[in-house]
Amino acid sequence: MSLVNLHQVHKYYGDHHVLKGIDLDIKAGEVVSIIGKSGSGKSTLLRCINGLEQYQQGGITVDGKEVTTDDIQMRRLALSVGMIFQNFNLFPHMTVGENVMLAPTIVLKKSKAEAEATARAMLEKVGLAEKFDSFPEKLSGGQQQRVAIARALAMSPKVLLCDEITSALDPELVGEVLKVLEQLAKEGITLVLVTHEMNFARDVGSRVVFMHQGKVWEQGDSKTLLSNPQTDELKQFIGAVL
Amino acid sequence: MLYFSDLLQYSDVFLSGLKTTVELTVLTTILGVALGTVCATVRQYGNRASQRVVSVYVELIRNTPFIVQLFFIFFGLPALGMMLSPWQASMIALTINLGAYSAEIIRAGLASISKGQMEAAKVLGLNFRQTLTRVIFIPAFEKIYPALTSQCIIVMLGSAVISQISVQDLTYAANLVQSRNFRAFESYFVTALMYLGLSILLRFAFNALGKRLFAYRTAN
Amino acid sequence: MIEFSNYDILRNLLFATQWTILLSLAAFIGGTTVALTLTALRLTRNPTIQRIVKVYVELFQGTPLLMQMFLCFFGLSMLGYEISAWGAAILSLTFFTSAFLVEIWRGCIDTLPKGQWEASRCLGLSFLQTLRFIILPQAIRVATAPTVGFSVQVIKGTALASVIGFVELTKVGTMLNNATFEPFKIFTLVALIYFVLCYPLSLYSKHLEKKFNVSR
Repeated sequence: MSLVNLHQVHKYYGDHHVLKGIDLDIKAGEVVSIIGKSGSGKSTLLRCINGLEQYQQGGITVDGKEVTTDDIQMRRLALSVGMIFQNFNLFPHMTVGENVMLAPTIVLKKSKAEAEATARAMLEKVGLAEKFDSFPEKLSGGQQQRVAIARALAMSPKVLLCDEITSALDPELVGEVLKVLEQLAKEGITLVLVTHEMNFARDVGSRVVFMHQGKVWEQGDSKTLLSNPQTDELKQFIGAVL
Repeated sequence: MLYFSDLLQYSDVFLSGLKTTVELTVLTTILGVALGTVCATVRQYGNRASQRVVSVYVELIRNTPFIVQLFFIFFGLPALGMMLSPWQASMIALTINLGAYSAEIIRAGLASISKGQMEAAKVLGLNFRQTLTRVIFIPAFEKIYPALTSQCIIVMLGSAVISQISVQDLTYAANLVQSRNFRAFESYFVTALMYLGLSILLRFAFNALGKRLFAYRTAN
Repeated sequence: MIEFSNYDILRNLLFATQWTILLSLAAFIGGTTVALTLTALRLTRNPTIQRIVKVYVELFQGTPLLMQMFLCFFGLSMLGYEISAWGAAILSLTFFTSAFLVEIWRGCIDTLPKGQWEASRCLGLSFLQTLRFIILPQAIRVATAPTVGFSVQVIKGTALASVIGFVELTKVGTMLNNATFEPFKIFTLVALIYFVLCYPLSLYSKHLEKKFNVSR
């Protein structure tokens, strides 16, 4: 049974046709890496899956429910879809702990004690238990991104969307974030990542989706696809990034 | 009932008031910004004593009402032997007022230019004046241009007060007309619209000027 | 003619200062209330409402405060609504203050990164929850310094109420001037009193701004 399903999704920014009929089916437990040049529509695709962007044609379902940008629908969606951003988007006026506890308390209506226990457990998981009372600005980029992951995990999502989450990091900080992702993948969490980390896509990912000019150009098992690309465009892309 | 048509016979009065307001605005904008530029430069690059003097001037003006500044200049200075016509007093008051505000704004612009620009110019052998006029001023003004032009419009609107020392500006015209035909609402309403038109027009003019001044942005 | 000693002059001016302070407070409270309402309306993202707020701001920022006072005072009473100088002054200063505060606050809310809204949405927060827990706490921190700074403009704005005959600091100044013919002394004192009222607020605003910039 598919967890995320896209059927003939079309998206326009004004006259600009960004997504040209996307079909994609993601099962629970998969780790799907979406790769492609900038402007190929991969981030837009991710943002359509969690309702941040409206699409004009086709259909998207997550866990069997249709995705719209409607506010109430969005709140229901947030219970099954977690999102990590390139720029972390932590709330700067709250401590790390408060960042993680916010949504469980006010959206899931958990008690403070329960939310705090979850928050501590999640921060432990990303290796930042001792930063509970720090403010985000005191953390490195890698640490901030790990807090963002903990914040998303605290909502126990069914699928975690990652939008180029290592792109804004200094090279030496990329590893610590990928390690957390790898751990999550091992635990069986469904991950959909837009990424430039080809090694990660090959070694940790189960499937790679190559997007080109607003279409799913080629997709398949990650190891096979990356070592044996079929289309010229993917060959060219792999040649350019490796 | 409102009778806007009653105002038509006074169009000459309004037009001559408008002319005075526009003239004073153009003149004091130029003089005020010039004064502000000098003060900002002194405050940013001058020695400690001159910085102090400028600070006191800027803070005194920014923390007192324009109408009091105007009364001080028009009524107070003659007591010291400086006779001024209402028009002269208004021009001085407006210039001094805009000078203080623009000094503060322009100084922020100067402060935003990185030290490297100064050093690069020095290494190339430009003297201080050349560095300022050729290297620093244009990008500094570009940064604060919106704030500076908004301030000029605020000062133009504030000039309505000079009617109180009987300069025959637009507000004076409105007062005159309403005292003759007793149609206060219509008279002030139409005058308010004229001021609104003037501020919109000024903004357009400033934008057009800005495009020319900072043309290097769009040039290839 | 009555003789005024320096003591008399100062006493009268200080007495009038109370009215300046009271008018400033009333205008600031009125202006803040209206500005809060308009800011809330603007945040609903309804295009019609946004356009109305924009016109409101344009109208009161684009015309002289003095003209707004004349319209409120002479204009309204001509139309049959009797209004005192005090009422007209508060009314027009409220328009003036709110128009500027709405614009200042809009800038503060707009400086917050779009990502704050998006992250909140993705966590399932509703629009109002996002405002209350994420946007407002941050916007208030940014807005405090310019709002305190603007209160100086409000105090100075109250001086125009003298023109429609409201007896506050500037009005008493002109009255004393007419009685004593000592304009230099009197307007220096009047200016100094305004300065004493305004300068601490200016300093405090600058201090807040610095503190905020450091904490970023």
